[in-house]
Amino acid sequence: MSRLKILALLPLAAALSGCDYVVLAPAGDIAAQQRDLVIISTVLMLLIVVPVMALTVLFAWRYRQSNTEARYEPEWDHSTALELVIWSAPLLIIVCLGALTWMGTHLLDPYRTLGRIHADRAVDQSKAPLEVDVVALDWKWLFIYPDYGIATVNELAAPVDRPINFRITASSVMNSFYIPALAGQIYAMPGMETKLHAVVNHAGTYKGFSANYSGAGFSGMHFNFQGLDDKGFDAWVAQAKSAGGSLGRAEYLQLEKPSQNEPVRRWGTVDADLYRLILNMCVETGKMCQSEMMAIDAKGGAGHQALNNTLPLAYDKYARRGTALGPEPSFVAGTCTPDAPQGRTTASITAPVDTAPLTGAGLKRPSFTPLKSSSFFLGQRPKSDS
Amino acid sequence: MSPDLLKLIFGRLGFESLPLHEPIVVGTFVVVALGGAALLGGLTYFRLWGYLWREWFTTVDHKRIGIMYMILGIVMLLRGFADALMMRGQQMLAFGGSEGYLNAHHYDQVFTAHGVIMIFFVAMPLVTGLMNYVVPLQIGARDVSFPFLNNFSFWMTVGGAVLVMASLFIGEFARTGWLAYPPLSNIGYSPDVGVDYYIWALQVAGVGTTLSGINLICTIVKLRCPGMTMMKMPVFTWTSLCTNVLIVASFPVLTVVLALLSLDRYVGTNFFTNDFGGSPMMYVNLIWIWGHPEVYILVLPAFGIFSEVTSTFSGKRLFGYTSMVYATVVITILSYLVWLHHFFTMGSGASVNSFFGITTMIISIPTGAKMFNWLFTMYRGRIRYELPMMWTIAFMLTFVIGGMTGVLLAVPPADFVLHNSLFLIAHFHNVIIGGVVFGAFAGISYWFPKAFGFKLDPFWGKLSFWFWVTGFYLAFMPLYVLGLMGVTRRLRVFDDPSLQIWFVIAAIGAGLVLLGIMCMLVQFAVSFLRREQLKDVTGDPWDARTLEWATSSPPPDYNFAFTPVVHDNDAWWDMKRRGYQRPLTGFRPIHMPSSTGTGIILAGLATAMGFGLIWYIWWLAAVSFIAMLAVGIGHTFNYHRDFDIPADDVIRTEDARTKLLAGAK
Repeated sequence: MSRLKILALLPLAAALSGCDYVVLAPAGDIAAQQRDLVIISTVLMLLIVVPVMALTVLFAWRYRQSNTEARYEPEWDHSTALELVIWSAPLLIIVCLGALTWMGTHLLDPYRTLGRIHADRAVDQSKAPLEVDVVALDWKWLFIYPDYGIATVNELAAPVDRPINFRITASSVMNSFYIPALAGQIYAMPGMETKLHAVVNHAGTYKGFSANYSGAGFSGMHFNFQGLDDKGFDAWVAQAKSAGGSLGRAEYLQLEKPSQNEPVRRWGTVDADLYRLILNMCVETGKMCQSEMMAIDAKGGAGHQALNNTLPLAYDKYARRGTALGPEPSFVAGTCTPDAPQGRTTASITAPVDTAPLTGAGLKRPSFTPLKSSSFFLGQRPKSDS
Repeated sequence: MSPDLLKLIFGRLGFESLPLHEPIVVGTFVVVALGGAALLGGLTYFRLWGYLWREWFTTVDHKRIGIMYMILGIVMLLRGFADALMMRGQQMLAFGGSEGYLNAHHYDQVFTAHGVIMIFFVAMPLVTGLMNYVVPLQIGARDVSFPFLNNFSFWMTVGGAVLVMASLFIGEFARTGWLAYPPLSNIGYSPDVGVDYYIWALQVAGVGTTLSGINLICTIVKLRCPGMTMMKMPVFTWTSLCTNVLIVASFPVLTVVLALLSLDRYVGTNFFTNDFGGSPMMYVNLIWIWGHPEVYILVLPAFGIFSEVTSTFSGKRLFGYTSMVYATVVITILSYLVWLHHFFTMGSGASVNSFFGITTMIISIPTGAKMFNWLFTMYRGRIRYELPMMWTIAFMLTFVIGGMTGVLLAVPPADFVLHNSLFLIAHFHNVIIGGVVFGAFAGISYWFPKAFGFKLDPFWGKLSFWFWVTGFYLAFMPLYVLGLMGVTRRLRVFDDPSLQIWFVIAAIGAGLVLLGIMCMLVQFAVSFLRREQLKDVTGDPWDARTLEWATSSPPPDYNFAFTPVVHDNDAWWDMKRRGYQRPLTGFRPIHMPSSTGTGIILAGLATAMGFGLIWYIWWLAAVSFIAMLAVGIGHTFNYHRDFDIPADDVIRTEDARTKLLAGAK
């Protein structure tokens, strides 16, 4: 183990040379372990790479044409002993590296709850981990602290040595949530949730950003991550609280519209259900949540009638856009609720209802009155009225 | 005219589609237009159109098609490299509040186009061109199995390239990154023509690549000369065989995944949408199931070239031929089992990630074995440092670094901190430039005298070599460093001023590579002017070992007057050693395939169809599609598919060579 510690000093030397090699000198335990793996793997591979490079140069020099002293054996093309060495030496290295990979990948699985907060400190079980819900928007980051009821844009803070549980999703396109000083990255994808468990060990301000290109405003999609002591973190939460404002469904729909280089924003209260709605892509009222859809599907689905259970999409992140030949964009309408009996709150239907029957082998005429957008399945396209 | 009628005729295309507001593009257009006009004018003035049409565009000769592939690759290299220079310039300048000189709309197209062009229209044509030229000669064949298909494949590749180039001046290219991940590439987020250009350029070129793969597999399996068993094939032919197996097995995946994306974009299906049960993750999986084998499609032929070059210039048999062959086959198989390492960060479980991480590492074992085989081929050899060998040494030293960083990235927790960073960019340029590009250059300088009858000028070649190698290191080593500082890829502006110096170094490196490319072009020109001094009359200027060197340089249309008979895997070396006497009499008429214009016409129609689909000009798409069917069916009634080269012509060609050889002694 002590040898590993010496190896861990190597990047420190690099860091001292003036530049910020954050990947080699991170501030969080997860990133530090990942750094150790980077270095150990590199050293393991150098065991074979350095001799190969040295032999290349040596042979290239020694067996040059002008050196007539060197032995020349034009017919020599096989040696079982050498073959054994050249296949088994890389194999041995890969066996070691493979074992290391298997262990490291499982230990550092971002979905795994932390077992320690530092190389020599276990997790303090009396303290609950900090829960943070992360949403990648075009082109900014939304952080929701469900335990504190606050939300911020483009600023993240966490107390030192307290495990952080991130739940990560996105509103429109794929991004990657990455704070190099804290832990490795993980994709943020719309309609899906990824997780990351990490802890920051040193107070300070670190860079966080999207590590997956996501469109025009990608370059400005970064934020500061602050590692604070407990008191500092409480002050930070209080600051957000005092910022006032409330982040609900309507405010979120405004917020998620594309914008670039957003300044830090804070909300003192936040809709407790907002993250679930974002994840299930049903922030717009009237839209059926994915979880509901999946529950219906799990029970065998709603049959052919469900095909028509869609509404035209009035708001499609950027603008309302359709395909060249296909139907207008639509979404699956929500099941009825007392305040939205038909799930039509956002998309009001004014076009005459198309009652043309479904035709085709084996298809019954639907009992549900088809809505405009379902006309694709009916083979007719009524004029758009929007 | 009414808007409806205009829309019917021109689809989405209008004056506003022309990028007149982008001064850089307008400037480029002026230069390209003037250059193009000069070229076309020159061709007309010197009455070269007929010659080009008869001898080149309609040819089914694998050698000429191979040369045309190389020309396509080098021309597109200039375009792809111009994109690289623009990126390096932008990233060097955009610090401290500066926006650089490219807006996001332009910059995002530049890096997408750079990736697409370099992989599909530079690396692929260079590799396919070399295989096309060399493989039939190496196996003692007179042409490929399906000569017409070969011509058609080439023109389809050109069609794809034409669409990409058209996007520069008519409309725009994709702004999605070179693999066009949805949802970003879906209609909701990329409603413009860019992604459609991407899709149809790759679909048109993909047809060509797939057919060319089928063609070369058949050629290698069926057309080997007597005595050349599988284990007596030259290593380059072996790697070509494996590459084409990979092409045939993986390009259909690309075709399907792009077709599904087109359905999403054109008719509103939901394969890769966020909503309605679509899964963008499926796209990422599918595209990498094609994408990872693609990497080996490019690098395996390069490995083959290095094997030929090392053994020729070391004056020695290739060390461990059998293990070389098995290593190639193992890489071919394993390349299908590693695709997930491109997205460990997508959140697969630890076991899935470890599996794909470890399979990736396993590939390094046969690759390492190959490296040792080249090393021990040099061992106890007599190494002549001609240009191809210099490229090989540069490759061996460079590629191990790229391989090492590649294995590092295969460790999932390490990948979590390095994925999508400039470290990754440095890694794959390290293996693609260090492997594929150096390999293509080694191949070009090695086989150039075979193709044209004179060697390349060594002075300008060496100059180009040193500019390329130092330029490469200067351009990409800083990116490794930046990756360790956590700098991610595809950024257009930066705020941390301490990073700027590294980007400046990288830009200087790119400048050196530019000099390298220019020296290479000068090298071609100088070699052409000095062709009398550099002439190769023997057909075997390097004292080489495989069959392509048994015939004249350039080879006659029919390659070999008599089909050679092989007894050893270094067939030509074996023939030389045993005092082979070239037959001087007994020539007979040789049966050859005839030229046809059908390939270029079909590809032209396919390109027009792609253009119609991109711009929603439905009548154009429909008309071109029907015309394609008509031409395709019409071609089945073409009964002038072959002819015999009369024995007298063969005798004349062979006698001329006899005189040349006598003169050389």
